[in-house]
Amino acid sequence: MTDFLVLTEKILEITVLICLAGISIALILLLYRIIAGPTQADRAIALDAMGIDLMGIAGLMSILLITDKLNDVVLLIGILAFLGTLAIAKYLEKGVIIDRDN
Amino acid sequence: MPLSVSDIVEFLGVLLILIGSIMAVISAIGIIRFPDVYTRSHAGTKSSTLAVLLTLLGALIFFWVRDSFSVRLILGIVFVFLTAPVSGHLISRAAYRARVKMSDLTVEDELGDAIRAYEEDNDDSDKEAKGDKGE
Repeated sequence: MTDFLVLTEKILEITVLICLAGISIALILLLYRIIAGPTQADRAIALDAMGIDLMGIAGLMSILLITDKLNDVVLLIGILAFLGTLAIAKYLEKGVIIDRDN
Repeated sequence: MPLSVSDIVEFLGVLLILIGSIMAVISAIGIIRFPDVYTRSHAGTKSSTLAVLLTLLGALIFFWVRDSFSVRLILGIVFVFLTAPVSGHLISRAAYRARVKMSDLTVEDELGDAIRAYEEDNDDSDKEAKGDKGE
């Protein structure tokens, strides 16, 4: 029974490591799309997905290191990725990011 | 007694994290394999959002079991849930207005038809508009 309890202690760590490996594979695939994307919009979509996956990596690292100091980082990555995607989309659509008053 | 309640709840969090990681890999494969900007945005927006929602929910459950309930993770979950579809919509609209080609498998373009009809209605006179309506 103690073996089983030791296994349950280890399952969390093993699963977090497997999930880090999976998200790393996803990031490498997204990096391929960023390099080889035929249009700029493909690259923008892949960058947006990379930002979202980085939020997942920050959450996994906070579990692995058993600290709750990284939760600010999760929120901050989300806000910065949204603002960056907004700026890229507006540049692709109009050519300017901040409109001038007439 | 082999398992306490906190262990079972922690297993639930671990399961959510694992499903979230699998969803992230599926989303990346979709972004690689789909033929088109719009289908890629479909894959990238929805399943990446679901992946990060499941991962952050698992982290929230983990910290909840460890007696430190984190409001910032809930704020992060709500923020991603609100903003990820908006950014996908903005990039798809920018791509359409920059006239990015659709794939050859596309059979219908209702937005393009609507835009062309609107421009014809605004450019031509009323008489031709009535003629178009008659046809």
